Amino acid sequence: MISREDVANLAKLARINMTDGELDHLASELSVILDAVARVQEVANSDVPPTSHPIPMSNVFRVDENRPSLSPEDALSGAPASEGQRFKVPQILGEE
Amino acid sequence: MIVNKSAMEMSQLLNNGEISSVDLTRAHLDRISEVDGQVKAFLFVDHDGALAQAELVDAKRRSGENLSPLAGVPLALKDVMTQRGIPTTCGSKMLEGWRPPYDSTVVTKLRSADVVILGKTNCDEFAMGSSTENSAYFPTRNPWDLTRIPGGSGGGSSASLASYEAPLAIGTDTGGSIRQPAAVTGTVGVKPTYGGVSRYGLVAFSSSLDQAGPCARTVLDVAYLHEAIAGHDPLDSTSINAPVPPIVAAAKDGNVKGMKIGVIKELQGDGYQPGVLKLFNQSLEELAKLGAEIVEVSCKYFDYALAAYYLIAPSECSSNLARFDAMRYGLRIGEGSAEEVMNSTRSAGFGKEVKRRIILGTYALSSGYYDAYYGSAQKVRTLISQDFKDAFEKVDVLVSPTAPTTAFKIGEKSNDPIAMYLNDIATIPTNLAGVCGMSLPSGLAEEDGLPAGFQIMAGAMKDDRLYKVGAALESALTKKWGGGILGKAPKLVAK
Repeated sequence: MISREDVANLAKLARINMTDGELDHLASELSVILDAVARVQEVANSDVPPTSHPIPMSNVFRVDENRPSLSPEDALSGAPASEGQRFKVPQILGEE
Repeated sequence: MIVNKSAMEMSQLLNNGEISSVDLTRAHLDRISEVDGQVKAFLFVDHDGALAQAELVDAKRRSGENLSPLAGVPLALKDVMTQRGIPTTCGSKMLEGWRPPYDSTVVTKLRSADVVILGKTNCDEFAMGSSTENSAYFPTRNPWDLTRIPGGSGGGSSASLASYEAPLAIGTDTGGSIRQPAAVTGTVGVKPTYGGVSRYGLVAFSSSLDQAGPCARTVLDVAYLHEAIAGHDPLDSTSINAPVPPIVAAAKDGNVKGMKIGVIKELQGDGYQPGVLKLFNQSLEELAKLGAEIVEVSCKYFDYALAAYYLIAPSECSSNLARFDAMRYGLRIGEGSAEEVMNSTRSAGFGKEVKRRIILGTYALSSGYYDAYYGSAQKVRTLISQDFKDAFEKVDVLVSPTAPTTAFKIGEKSNDPIAMYLNDIATIPTNLAGVCGMSLPSGLAEEDGLPAGFQIMAGAMKDDRLYKVGAALESALTKKWGGGILGKAPKLVAK
């Protein structure tokens, strides 16, 4: 069971404002979905190793050398706001 | 009509100088303006860009340049792939108006093969869905019956093929988004081996499952497109550094004599529409007549695939979609602190299904629940990979129906997430294990006269086997039908 308060907390963690209606709806819907997906626990025994990636690969590196990248104009081309060669963002730190 | 031909037939006409790429492109743009008001496959049509590119290819051809087999042939691109300067929305309000500053590797490869890109096709928002109803813009309609879904998430790509708006299309497949749309529209689609086609420039939904791939109306067309976009890419660290399997050669060969084909016991029976199963069994008979050996195989953990998928995909999605923070690109709504702006932007920019999955993923990854949900799903992933490995020791390919039913009505399942998720029951195991899969038409179901799909699965980097079996079955079935399945679709007329 997942409560309305649980969903509100998850929405806060995920940075999504939700209306009371959305929270109510999601709480009941997620409970049904979680019931259905919880069956993975039936066969996930401790002797089974987890798989995070279908094709096993170790670190893939490239040679550390300069290469062309996006120009500042290109990088800023989709910015909601910019100033000079910088992204202009809302205040992140407090006044002090 | 020129637009009804296959991509390879068009290629031949271009090579023989019987048509120019400009005329061929114009014919498709005309077809789009005639029927897309009803089908609604495209989010953006690059009219001028496509014609300019076609002109360039014609000039190259006139000057005697050695061109690729697909040079001058038009293609529709799913809107989750970036193309420099061309709107890329992923079917979301979050990216409305965004014009990416770079090309995806798939687009770079299409360009070097001189393929003409017609525009961007509709999809479920960020490729999350099985019906294209989750697009923030409008639902796409199935050309077989405009009141029905064209599959999803790549419903725009499949519908553009089935309505002759494009002979080639690019899709992406995280849990079936290439194969299920192909099945319900009577077209062909392949999810390549994970890492076989670069993910660079594919807007990430679930990185360990996402795979771009080719779609068309014939197995041979898909094969040519697959070879054009496949291969190692240093820009994608999960790209496989190995030669591309001989795909086109396999599609031309189409010989299944002596091949062992495994029918997956767990992917039939309850929940599958009887007409779909009947067509599946008839297809098996055709393959047996061609000399293949049909055996039944059990993959006992496949029953848990759907549950594992709906934990892994939302978990990865909750992490990947954190990038939409209203700071560097995309939508920005509201005022106040950065956090307040993020909260209101993500609230306004994401649709219902995307929010549902982000919240589900956030839950599955949160401390205290991680082991029980995400951790357990990762273990099921191991068990499913082991099922495939064991099966491929006994058989060359595995087969099943692609989707349990034919196309359902728009709106029929949109309020029941679980019923919607069940569409992917037969396609998801392939993504979890990273192996490859194809869907091609098996016929029209007797209940409703709508197309159904036959799925073929092969091991990692054994993509050529899909084409061998697919070409054999396609050739036998089209002989029986007296032509391709789309010949039986009702004609769309301009309104």
